[in-house]
Amino acid sequence: MNLHGIWAIYRFEMARFGRTIWTSLATPVITTTLYFIVFGAAIGSQMRGVDGISYGAFIVPGLMLLTIFSESIFNASLGIYMPKFTGTIYELLSAPLSPIETVLGYVGAAATKSMVIAMVIFATAHLFVDLHVAHPLLMLLYLLLVTASFALFGFCLGIWANGFEQLQIIPLLVVTPLTFLGGAFYSLDVLPEPWRTVTLFNPVAYLINGFRWTFFGQSDVSFALCVAVTLGFAALCLAAVVTIFRTGWRLKS
Amino acid sequence: MPEPILTVAGVSKTYKNGPTALGTVDLTVNRGEIFALLGPNGAGKTTLISIICGIVTPSAGTVTVAGHDVTRDYKAARRAIGLVPQELATDQFESVLATVTFSRRLFGRSGHSDYIEQVLRDLSLWEKRHSKIKDLSGGMKRRVLIAKALAHEPQILFLDEPTAGVDVALRRDMWKLVHRLREQGATIILTTHYIEEAEEMADRVGVITGGKLLLVEEKNALMAKLGKRQMDLTLVEPMTAIPAALSDWPLTLEDEGHTLRYIFDAKAEDTGIPRLLERLAQQHIAFRDLETRKSSLEDIFVDLVGERA
Ligand SMILES: Nc1ncnc2c1ncn2[C@@H]1O[C@H](COP(=O)(O)OP(=O)(O)OP(=O)(O)O)[C@@H](O)[C@H]1O
Ligand SMILES: [Mg+2]
Repeated sequence: MNLHGIWAIYRFEMARFGRTIWTSLATPVITTTLYFIVFGAAIGSQMRGVDGISYGAFIVPGLMLLTIFSESIFNASLGIYMPKFTGTIYELLSAPLSPIETVLGYVGAAATKSMVIAMVIFATAHLFVDLHVAHPLLMLLYLLLVTASFALFGFCLGIWANGFEQLQIIPLLVVTPLTFLGGAFYSLDVLPEPWRTVTLFNPVAYLINGFRWTFFGQSDVSFALCVAVTLGFAALCLAAVVTIFRTGWRLKS
Repeated sequence: MPEPILTVAGVSKTYKNGPTALGTVDLTVNRGEIFALLGPNGAGKTTLISIICGIVTPSAGTVTVAGHDVTRDYKAARRAIGLVPQELATDQFESVLATVTFSRRLFGRSGHSDYIEQVLRDLSLWEKRHSKIKDLSGGMKRRVLIAKALAHEPQILFLDEPTAGVDVALRRDMWKLVHRLREQGATIILTTHYIEEAEEMADRVGVITGGKLLLVEEKNALMAKLGKRQMDLTLVEPMTAIPAALSDWPLTLEDEGHTLRYIFDAKAEDTGIPRLLERLAQQHIAFRDLETRKSSLEDIFVDLVGERA
């Protein structure tokens, strides 16, 4: 195991985040505050809570995931896209690193940053609502799993992308809509049929509901199913990364 | 007994939707050697180096570095290799020290080492260690790339056109550095377009063109072959045969007897030219014009390809 190599990539990526630390941290705080003003105070006061949970508290897990998805994808994809773009990828390709080691460095760093941002949002949310997390340890583990999966997904995206606009298009056209439609801000039970059934085909709905379960001990679909879908997604992304490295796709000619 | 550190066996490469960049190449480089790959643009030099370093997948063949197969045992093989690429690709926002430390770690070594300081001092980069790479000149950036390649103490160093876009002073420095590295026991493989550079730096030279390694020779043997000059005398009266009085020189008649051609060794103490001119005067052989030129890289390739054919 080339631990020094993993550490080198991890540090490099963290240093890159460090250069933009204030915007990185201020953005989620401001966004969360805006969401709370709009959904929590303005609209939320008109909404009845869901199963005894206040609407403001109900949206916290979805709000965290909304940011986590885009941050994990963005950071991991940019991490591997930049060396491709500047040409410094030669060093990575000629280094004594296995695919797993390379991925650990990049995905680990992207996941770390996302976890920090998730915690900042979580802390900000406390300013607006009363929050009691039912299963704190599970919540952290679940968050870690989701963060790592999306970072893996972002890593694949970064290898696939041939330009900056391609980096942005998938999060914008696929992930964000699926998140909004996956019940980030509402319970699936409020949806009329057939929309409720349609939503059950949206994998992101399971990620959100699973995460919400760790907060409130209840969700629209069973927690076990949510965990299964989340693990499935993680496994799929991991398989994609391994295949990419094995074939050298878009990395080696 | 020379010990091979690099063995390339039957390696070829055809890029997807591209040309056959490399025919079948076989090559052995010994430990402690300075080996130059000499060839024109598009010859396949970078392709060959990239295959050895694991950046390009070969279409066929095997490569062994320091006894390790570069595909099966890639970690051990790559730890032995340092690569300075042809293109100046750097992380603009990193400092010199940070980027060199990064390279050392990436290759599996602890980042804390006096060795990094020594490398930076050798390359006159120590004063600039805290500068951002984007603030350095092009020549300095190339030194940073060399420092990165040396950071993990490789046994074999690849320099892909180390002196492209480098001024004369830095070029001299580079040549000195290469020799110093060899004294420290490193093996160095470099590519170049210039015969002079191959001559200045290398122990052995491989001539490559069109993806084919045409020949590999000791530098001195090659220079004897390549370091030829040619003198053409345009005669006033065309000749049909070379007079017996001129038989001391290896002369040929060209251009239907209008040109007397003398090929000589530019490095020889006595080129034989003054005596030849004297003899011509004695024989009352008049010439209108005299032209000498050095055989260019292109001539040499044409010669070599001709020899092979
Ligand atoms: N990634 C690639 N895809 C397709 N063709 C390529 C690729 N890289 C190189 N080639 C082609 O392979 C051939 C050999 O290129 P290579 O870069 O190895 O030459 P070179 O000897 O390094 O040339 P130069 O002196 O200009 O650097 C060229 O015809 C080039 O166009
Ligand atoms: Mg080249």
